[in-house]
Amino acid sequence: MVDYVFRVGGEGGEGVISTGEMLTTALARSGFEIYTFRTYPAEIKGGHANYQVRASGNLLLSYGASVDVLLAFNEEAYQKHYKDVRPGGVIVYDSDSYTPPSTDSLIFYGVPLTSLATEKVGIKLTKNIVALGFFSHFFDIPFATFEDLLKEKFGRKGEMVVQKNLLALKVGVEYAKSQQKRDQIHLGAGPRKTKELVLSGNESLALGAIAVGCRFYAGYPITPATDIMEFLAKELPKLGGFVVQTEDEIAAIGTVLGASFAGKKAMTATSGPGFSLMTEMMGLAVAAELPAVVVNVQRVGPSTGMPTKTEQGDLYLAVYGGHGNCPRIVMALTSVEDCFYGIMHAFNLAEQFQMPVVVLSDASLGHRKATVPVPDPSQVPVVERRKPSPEELRDYKRYRFTPDHISPMAIPGTEGGGYVAEGLEHDEIGYPAASNHEMHLRTTQKRYGKFHAVEAIANDLVRIYGNPHPEIGVIGWGATEGVIREAVQMAAEKGYSVGALHPKILYPQPLAKLKEFMEGTKAVIIPEVNFTGQFATLLRKRFAYDFIQFNKCIGLPFTPKEIFDKIEEVAAHVHASHRAHAARL
Amino acid sequence: MSTPVTELTPQDYKTEEHPIWCPGCGDFGVLSSLYNALAGLQIKPKDLVVVSGIGCSGRTPGFIKSYGFHSVHGRVLPVALGVKLANPSLTVIGAGGDGDGFAIGGGHIPHAARRNVDIAYLIMDNSTYGLTKGQYSPTSPTGFQAGSTPYGNIEQPLNPLAMLIGYGATFVGQGYSGKPKELTELITRAIEHKGFGFVNILSPCITFYNTYKVIPPKLQEVPKDHDVTNRAKAFALALQTDHVQLGVLYQTSLPTFEESVAQVIKKAQASGPPRLDEIFAEFS
Repeated sequence: MVDYVFRVGGEGGEGVISTGEMLTTALARSGFEIYTFRTYPAEIKGGHANYQVRASGNLLLSYGASVDVLLAFNEEAYQKHYKDVRPGGVIVYDSDSYTPPSTDSLIFYGVPLTSLATEKVGIKLTKNIVALGFFSHFFDIPFATFEDLLKEKFGRKGEMVVQKNLLALKVGVEYAKSQQKRDQIHLGAGPRKTKELVLSGNESLALGAIAVGCRFYAGYPITPATDIMEFLAKELPKLGGFVVQTEDEIAAIGTVLGASFAGKKAMTATSGPGFSLMTEMMGLAVAAELPAVVVNVQRVGPSTGMPTKTEQGDLYLAVYGGHGNCPRIVMALTSVEDCFYGIMHAFNLAEQFQMPVVVLSDASLGHRKATVPVPDPSQVPVVERRKPSPEELRDYKRYRFTPDHISPMAIPGTEGGGYVAEGLEHDEIGYPAASNHEMHLRTTQKRYGKFHAVEAIANDLVRIYGNPHPEIGVIGWGATEGVIREAVQMAAEKGYSVGALHPKILYPQPLAKLKEFMEGTKAVIIPEVNFTGQFATLLRKRFAYDFIQFNKCIGLPFTPKEIFDKIEEVAAHVHASHRAHAARL
Repeated sequence: MSTPVTELTPQDYKTEEHPIWCPGCGDFGVLSSLYNALAGLQIKPKDLVVVSGIGCSGRTPGFIKSYGFHSVHGRVLPVALGVKLANPSLTVIGAGGDGDGFAIGGGHIPHAARRNVDIAYLIMDNSTYGLTKGQYSPTSPTGFQAGSTPYGNIEQPLNPLAMLIGYGATFVGQGYSGKPKELTELITRAIEHKGFGFVNILSPCITFYNTYKVIPPKLQEVPKDHDVTNRAKAFALALQTDHVQLGVLYQTSLPTFEESVAQVIKKAQASGPPRLDEIFAEFS
């Protein structure tokens, strides 16, 4: 079965990312599952960029372990990545730029990409396309797929541009024909015959938002969340909606709350610095009981941090950010496919419980592309907010105390529904109650009271992989789902009793499911891409359990191997102490 | 059976909530002028949204029978923008003070002005922070002595009218809480104005900065022959700070934000609204 990792590296701004993206789409259209990882400099021009795509006939859960084919446009790309190429792997390099020292363990193909592009096509920048032509012939990726892609990509720029790029593609093919193939890498047609979409996490999220009825978005540009805004700016007007680019993130969430108050399903998306600015208004949404969806595509903090690198460092802020007793729902998206359904759940929760829902994604997930089955929105039935009945409007109380703590919400324009959405402590009508001590307790109980029902949903949305009653458990959150799942498979194949639990709702926590999963475990590992173990800390507040934290804090996601190794290490400890315990008896 | 057409009176906009303002506060005058303007325009309470921030002015929505949104400090304009865009058929009025609007919320004003969102924005300017007991505000005069300026204010006061004209607001006026008839007229015009209607209202704080004797001698009606569409002349008038200009200084007509949004939507929908599967197809 085909399972190859291709990596492209070179100077930022010179088409590394677009080369990787075209290769990705070509492989997906050829019938393979794909999974990408990209890292790029924070600068627009210059700096090192690389793009990796794994292609397989099987479902992919991670970006893979080692590289099969490295395309190095310059020396820096070679130096940064050659160590990741597996023994017997291939390095294709631009021989006009740099010639690496040859070693026996790797197969080298030097291609004069720059001179082929300059001399045979007449445009230096087409060296990327020359490389794709070389790949097409050498690794047997259908030529017609690339042809179609170039026509789609450059069609708007005119026939001339299309022809130049097609020429570059052919130049690459011709050069490949003149070379002796010394490796065994062949792709051909992949096994999948049904159509799938190639989506990034951010695109999948934006599509899900559209599917669930979001028609209003306000935001401020910030890496790595901006493409959500750009996507919706293009698509929402087609559906009668709109995107406002506000003057800052405070205005973004303020505008979202205003639109939600007036009846729209509204969202904003940001990253850490913007999310920090939004915390005051998160509290307003809690106090005034307004539905709102706030996406945080996490990047490395604190402060400006590493804007293009990934981290799971904003969980504390998502759960506790803001002053006072301030309940909100916190969700985490786990995969590109889950971004679509996860955001639908987020809107449903916001509408049903009339509170803000924070949705955590991260740079690795937001910018990762993967093949996903065409989404089916009917899998998540759409929930609308509770509106007052004609009887309720006769004596309307916006914040009426009800058994499920959810009050009917009148939308401006409704006769008899006038009220003030109030950030001051207030009574059932919405009148300020800033000196009413009993009322403060009562309304706080109301706002937290909604959590009972949310927790039940949280339990329903838990996913368990591997052994559901394992000796060694792994609890993860967010974008680590795929790598944990792959590591658990690897460990199970080695005979370990291991299983993984992955909640979608992190706050309030799915306590029943967590308890059930942890019963009988000898050890529970909590892998997180942060320094202090933020989810582990939250769980310690609820469970007297000696969790084993496993943290990675270098701005890169886990690999399955890292988690597998940790499982082995923990298993060895567990068995050693078990033997010691038995010996004492 | 036909429904009788009932005329709305100022009384119809009053709520059961009694204003918490100090007796003699200028904001009472602003509120009653607002009631009169609303009745004059016959705006239905169900179609009216009053948005406020924090400060004495922030309590305004609670005293008006309508929908209201008492948000956080300084964020009147973003919230009002969201409300208006979500439902352009609503009448949206922002109510703020000089601290809420010009200090903490000052960063939103240029953007609301240049977008020309169709809302009226009323500032109750008392040149002090009344709710926190009288500190100096962005419009307090140099030398103003209070809790946080025991040696006197060393900053220059901000000129709200010049600022708004500079930012490209399409309606800029000024009123005084002690002249309710003129103020009613001014607020009415700001609400009627298609676009961002800004009114700075001098509204004295009787407790911490009583200007009831200082302001009246300085009041000066905008000259009858003033051309409100002349931005340079409006600016010159705004810079005459030895007097308090009353009336409309500047008014021009530009497309509102909602109108432009509608145009974008129309353009995007030129080939009919898409189905979800058509959007999906862009990613296959």
